[in-house]
Amino acid sequence: MTQLTHLSITEAVTRLAKKEFSAVELTAAHIKAAERGQAETNAFITTTFDLAQEQAKASDARRAAGTVGALDGIPLGMKDLYCTKGVRTTAASRILDNFVPTYESTVSQKLFDAGAVMLGKTNLDEFAMGSSNTTSGYGNVVSPWSGAEPSKAARKLVPGGSSGGSAAAVAGRFAMAATGTDTGGSIRQPASVTGIVGVRPTYGRCSRWGIIAYASSLDQAGPLARTVDDAALMLRTMAGFDPKDSTSVNQPVPDFTTATGQSVKGLRIGIPREYRIDGIPAETNALWDKGAAMLRDAGAEVVEVSLPHAKYALPVYYIIAPAEASSNLARYDGVRFGVRVPGDNLISMYENTRGAGFGKETRRRILIGTYVLSAGYYDAYYLKAQKVRRCIRNDFEEAFKSCDVILTPTAPSTAFAIGEKQDDPIQMYLEDVFTVTLNLAGLPGISVPVGLGANGLPMGLQMIGRAFDEMTLFKAASALEKAAGFTATPPFMG
Amino acid sequence: MSIVQGTTGPWEMVIGLEVHAQVTSEAKLFSGASAAFGGAPNAHVSLVDAAFPGMLPVINGTCVEQAVRTGLGLKAQINLTSVFDRKNYFYADLPSGYQISQYLQPIVGKGEILLDLADGSTRTVGITRLHLEQDAGKSMHDQSPTETYVDLNRSGVALMEIVSEPDMRSGEEAAAYLKKLRAILRYLGTCDGNMEEGSMRADVNLSMRRVGDPKLGTRCEIKNVNSIRFVMQAIEYEAQRQVEILESGGTVHQETRLWDTGKGVTRSMRSKEEAHDYRYFPDPDLLPLKLDPAMVEKIKATLPELPDEKRARFIRDFGLKAYDASVLVAERASADFYEKVAKGRDGKLAANWVTGELFGALNRLGKGIESSPVSAEALGSLIDLIADATISNRIAKDVFEAMIETGKPASAIVEEKGLRQVTDTGAIEAAIDQILAANADKVAEYRSGKDKLFGFFVGQVMKATGGKANPAMLNDLLGKKLKG
Repeated sequence: MTQLTHLSITEAVTRLAKKEFSAVELTAAHIKAAERGQAETNAFITTTFDLAQEQAKASDARRAAGTVGALDGIPLGMKDLYCTKGVRTTAASRILDNFVPTYESTVSQKLFDAGAVMLGKTNLDEFAMGSSNTTSGYGNVVSPWSGAEPSKAARKLVPGGSSGGSAAAVAGRFAMAATGTDTGGSIRQPASVTGIVGVRPTYGRCSRWGIIAYASSLDQAGPLARTVDDAALMLRTMAGFDPKDSTSVNQPVPDFTTATGQSVKGLRIGIPREYRIDGIPAETNALWDKGAAMLRDAGAEVVEVSLPHAKYALPVYYIIAPAEASSNLARYDGVRFGVRVPGDNLISMYENTRGAGFGKETRRRILIGTYVLSAGYYDAYYLKAQKVRRCIRNDFEEAFKSCDVILTPTAPSTAFAIGEKQDDPIQMYLEDVFTVTLNLAGLPGISVPVGLGANGLPMGLQMIGRAFDEMTLFKAASALEKAAGFTATPPFMG
Repeated sequence: MSIVQGTTGPWEMVIGLEVHAQVTSEAKLFSGASAAFGGAPNAHVSLVDAAFPGMLPVINGTCVEQAVRTGLGLKAQINLTSVFDRKNYFYADLPSGYQISQYLQPIVGKGEILLDLADGSTRTVGITRLHLEQDAGKSMHDQSPTETYVDLNRSGVALMEIVSEPDMRSGEEAAAYLKKLRAILRYLGTCDGNMEEGSMRADVNLSMRRVGDPKLGTRCEIKNVNSIRFVMQAIEYEAQRQVEILESGGTVHQETRLWDTGKGVTRSMRSKEEAHDYRYFPDPDLLPLKLDPAMVEKIKATLPELPDEKRARFIRDFGLKAYDASVLVAERASADFYEKVAKGRDGKLAANWVTGELFGALNRLGKGIESSPVSAEALGSLIDLIADATISNRIAKDVFEAMIETGKPASAIVEEKGLRQVTDTGAIEAAIDQILAANADKVAEYRSGKDKLFGFFVGQVMKATGGKANPAMLNDLLGKKLKG
C-alpha cells in the first residue's frame, strides 16, 4: 500500500479509473504517510484528515456514478494562504490563529470541483514572506532531504519558502501535489531545493480571490508536483478567469497536459548573460550549462539573450513587495476577525495586537513598505522602482524576440540549514535573485529538478516563458525533465 | 458681504469647497452590498466591505457612469483613463486600513458651475476635478461606556469628491454654489443631495487677503459641514477669526478645523504637522479605469436639460424674470410642474401662481411639490377660469384655498359656492345705482374733484355683489355713471 504514495497523479488517475484501488485507499495511504511526515517535517499547520476521508468517500461515490473530475480522489496539500471554508486559515501568522473563513478561495474551489481531496493546510513563511519557511508562526518546516556529508547529515535543512510546507509534503511523498503561491519565487525556489516541479503561471492566469494577499501585483497561485505532467494537470484545473478578481485575465485556458512530451526541435532557448552572478557556486552554473546542453541535444537551439536590468530586480522587488504588503496587512488590526490583544485605547489595541500577532520578518517588511511609500521618499523608492520594473518588463519583451523560453538556475544553491542566513536578511533575500525578475514582469516560470549538488541535495533549473504561453513552457520543461531523468528521492519519505 | 472690515482695512475672503456627494446607486463602489441609507447596523456589509482576508474589489459600472454623467453635467473634461489609489490610514471604521480613492488621475477634470446670485447676477466658479472614492464606516461611541461600536453599512459606499477652484468670495456665494451643485446633481439623478442623511457634505477651504492683494493667504480647512446654513455660519466665523489673527500681527496656521454646531465656532482638529501621511499609491488590486468613448457619448446624448439651460428657456419662451426663472428651476420637480401649468397659458401668470400661491401653501403645509394637493392640471384649470373671465383674480385666490383644502377641481368650487363672475351689465348697473343712491354725499364729493373716492365705490359695489362683479366692466360702468 505504501507504494500508492509514490505514484504520480497521472498514474493514480489512470489506476483509479481502472478501479485498481479506491480514492479511500489512496487517501488512507497518504493520511498514514502524512501523520509520519507531519511529525518529521511539520509540513502542515492544520491537518484535515477527517475531511479528506469524507472527500475520498464522495469521490468513490462519484466514480461509481461515472461523474469524476480531472483530479478526482487525488490527495493534495493546500497552502495555508488559501482561504478554505470552515477550515482555519492562518497565513502562518499568529494574528489569524482563530480565523475560520466562511468562504472558499476560487482556486481551491476549482480543485474541489475537480474532485481533489485536501489532506491539510500546509505551512509557509508568515504571509508568504520568506525563502526558508523559518518565519512561520507555527514552527519551521524541516525538509525531507538531508545532506550526504556524514558530518552534516544530522543538520535539519530548510525546504525553501514560502511554500515550504507544500514542497516538503510533495517531496516527502505525503501529498501527491500541493498548491503554492509565488510572489518572488515562493513556488520555484522550494521546488528547486526539494527536487520537485513548481510552476508560477502568468500574472492573471489564476484568480487571487480568497488567497490572502502579500503583494497584490506580484502574487500568483500555482502548483507544486513531482512531474511536469502532474503540474500541467494541476494548473489546468487551477487556472481561469474570475470576475471577482479585477486583475485576472479573460484568456482561454489550454490543456497544458497536451504540451508535455512534444518535441523541442527548433525551440529557441535563451541564456541571459546577466544571470552569471558573482558568488554563485560553480556547481550551480555547471548545472545550468548542463541543462542548456540537454536541451540542445533534444533539438533546441540555444541562444544568448540579454536582460540588462535584471540586476536591479531584487532591490526593486524589495521595494514594491513590502510597499504593497504594508497596505495589504493593515486590515489585520484586531477589530473584525483574528486575534485581538486589548489596549487602553484604539492605538494601543492596534500596537498590542499587531506587535503580538506579527512575527519579526512581517514587521520588518511592513516597516520597509511604510518607509518607501512615505512622503519625501515615495519618488526616490516606490516610483523609481516602478520605472525600473517597466524596464525589466521591456527587457523580456526584447529577449523574447530572439528566443521562446529562457533558461536560468532557480536558486543560487542547494538547501541551507535551518538557522543559516537567519541573522542576515540580505543573504536570505538573495535566495530570490533568479526568481523575482519574472514576477516583476508578470511572466510564467517553472522549476524542474535536474540534478544533485556535491552534497547530494537537489538542484533545479528555471524556465521563463512569454505571458500566457505556458504551453511552450510546459513543452520545454517536459523535455528538460526527460533529459535530466531526475529520480533521486529524499531520505525521508512518509 | 464679500468684504470683512477689519480695524486696519478691508479683507477679502477666498473660498474653495470640496463636496462629498454620495453616488445614487443600488450597490457600493466595489462590492455588491446595498448602498441604501439606514438599516440595522452592519446589515449592508459584504466580505469585501469588511476587508476579510483575500477579498478583492470589483468596480461597479453604474457608479462609473454616474461619475461620467456628473462630469458632463458640470461641463467638465472626462478622463478616459483614471487610476484608483489607496489612501492609507488606520481607523476602526476603515476595515482595510486604506480608502480606495483617486489621487493623481481622477475620472473627471476641469469644469465649471454658474452661480445665480440674489441680485439676479451670475458668477462662474471653476471645478478643479471630480473623483470617485469609498466612504468609511461609522464609529459609534455612545453604545457602551467602555467600548466603541462600528457600523460598516456605509463602508464602501461610492462618493464623488467634487473640488472647486478657490473662486468664491462670500458665504452667500458658497451657499449659491452648493445650491446649484445640488440642483445639478438632482437633475442628473446622480446624487439625492440630502445633506441631513449625509449624502452631501462639504469641506470649506478659506483664507483671507487684503482687498486688492493678488496673493493668496494661508488657508484653513473646515471639515464635514452638513448643511448650507452651517457652511455660511462657519465661513462667517472663520473669516472673523482669521482677520483677528492677521490684524493682531499673528499668522494663520494651515490646519484642519471642525465646525462646532452647538457653540457656533470652528475648532482646531489637527495641524499641518499632525496631518496624516496617507502613503498614496496605485491600488494593485485594480487596473487603471479605461472608459469607452462611445459610453461617454451615449451618456452625453441622454443628459437631461440642466438648470441653466432650462432657466434660459423659461426666460426666452415664457417671458419670465430672471429671478422667477431661477426659483422655478432650482428643483426639477418644480420646473416640470410649472411647465405643465404654463403650457398653452400665460407663462407669467402661471409663474406668479406657482411661485406665489402654490409655494406659499406648500410651505405652510410643509409639503414638497411632489405631494402637492393641487396638481399642475388643476392649477391650470383655475388659471383658465381667470383667463376666460369666469372668475376674477381675487376670487381665484379663494378658490385656490378651497382647492388646497378639499382637493376639488376649481370649476366645482366655483359652481358650488356660486362664485361665477357677474358679467351681466344690467345686474352690475343695478348694484351701482343702489350704491350711488345710498351715498349721495360721497357722489357729490367725487364730482367736486375728490377722485380718490372711486376706489370706495368699487369696493362697495364688489361688497354688494359678493366680489363677483367683473372688475373691468364695473370700472367702466361706474366711471360712466359717476360722470353723470
